[in-house]
Amino acid sequence: MKTCLVVDDSRVIRKVARRILEDLSFRVEEAGDGSEALSFCRSSMPDAILLDWNMPVMNGIDFLRHLRADPGGDRPVVVFCTTENDISAIAQAIESGANEYIMKPFDSEIVQSKFAEVGLVAPV
Amino acid sequence: MKPADFEFVSTMVRERSGLVLSADKTYLVESRLAPIARKDGFASIDDLISAIRVRRDAKLIDAVVDAMTTNETFFFRDKTPFDIFEQSILPELVARKRGGTIKVWCAAASTGQEPYSLAMIAEAMGPKLGGCKLEILGTDISERCLEKAKAGMYTQFEVQRGLPVQMLLKHFKKEGDAWKIDDRLKTNIRYRTMNLLDDFRALGKFDVIFCRNVLIYFDMPTKKMVLERMAQQVEGPGYLLLGAAETVLGVTDSFKPVAGSRGLYVQDPSKLGAKAAA
Ligand SMILES: C[S@@+](CC[C@H](N)C(=O)[O-])C[C@H]1O[C@@H](n2cnc3c(N)ncnc32)[C@H](O)[C@@H]1O
Repeated sequence: MKTCLVVDDSRVIRKVARRILEDLSFRVEEAGDGSEALSFCRSSMPDAILLDWNMPVMNGIDFLRHLRADPGGDRPVVVFCTTENDISAIAQAIESGANEYIMKPFDSEIVQSKFAEVGLVAPV
Repeated sequence: MKPADFEFVSTMVRERSGLVLSADKTYLVESRLAPIARKDGFASIDDLISAIRVRRDAKLIDAVVDAMTTNETFFFRDKTPFDIFEQSILPELVARKRGGTIKVWCAAASTGQEPYSLAMIAEAMGPKLGGCKLEILGTDISERCLEKAKAGMYTQFEVQRGLPVQMLLKHFKKEGDAWKIDDRLKTNIRYRTMNLLDDFRALGKFDVIFCRNVLIYFDMPTKKMVLERMAQQVEGPGYLLLGAAETVLGVTDSFKPVAGSRGLYVQDPSKLGAKAAA
């Protein structure tokens, strides 16, 4: 079973994402900000990360840059999931090492479609 | 809605578009007709239907038929047909055509995601097209859908279904809340209203026909009739791509399946010859 770390400061969003990802057969772990997520990854690398952008303590982009610089940190597939929906923000996320990008609001169909895009689940 | 009214509407829709509405679709018909009734100032669906019975107003009838179409589509839908197009069909046609024009017909183009996906593939292939030019014709019975296809404006939801984010960055610009597709991709696509039940010989010949997720709504004789006329519109031999739930098997032998490529069919010229001779 693949593990997906959901990083979002909103408990509600984490819960929604958890339900969707569990339906897609992921084991789900949660982190409330980038620095919590980084500690999690340093003890055990997940297969996938669903990542919010704006969070307290450490935001998603900073987390991603740290992660990609870590040993083994190139392995997880990172899918941003954020209200940021400007072209420049999306481009910045991809340049920083994100594999896919979801603009909120999202639903299970979008998550499945994007996860399929990066080979995490079978095509829709 | 009275059973007699349902009967009247479903017969009319079927005669005009081939779309089959079974009796369990009463609710669907009601929910799709209500907005038309409201928009045209009728007090109820019953009034709308009475008016159509009496006046046979072509505009109203078109609106009803259009409302009964299912326009669901998304970029790179089902992925496989697009991989086949890129990896098998285009290389074969490029070798065969030597710099000529490759003509593709999206016969149920809906809101344009299918033709635009093909245009994105062609653009990414660049020099591998060997100087060939891709010309895409997108047709649909729904003018409303084609207007949207022409505008090339999509919602945030639509650009997240099937479209890889790199493609979004490469081919779209944000305009307010909407996403607008690159004008460059539009240059090789034409859109035109076309009912598949009508004579489409004037469209000319094509190398590839995408006819996906529309035949499922037709009955067997209509499927057969459409496919056999399509077999006359391709040459070379020409290719046909159907939707994931569609096949030519048991419908017609004017196209035959291509082994190893799900959803891909190739025209069978021997069958065509036989028909012409008959
Ligand atoms: C489900 S969409 C398929 C769109 C696209 N080919 C795809 O696979 O994603 C079906 C389309 O067929 C169109 N359609 C239905 N009956 C038709 C007819 N008789 N002639 C032409 N188009 C028709 C509808 O308007 C609708 O846009």
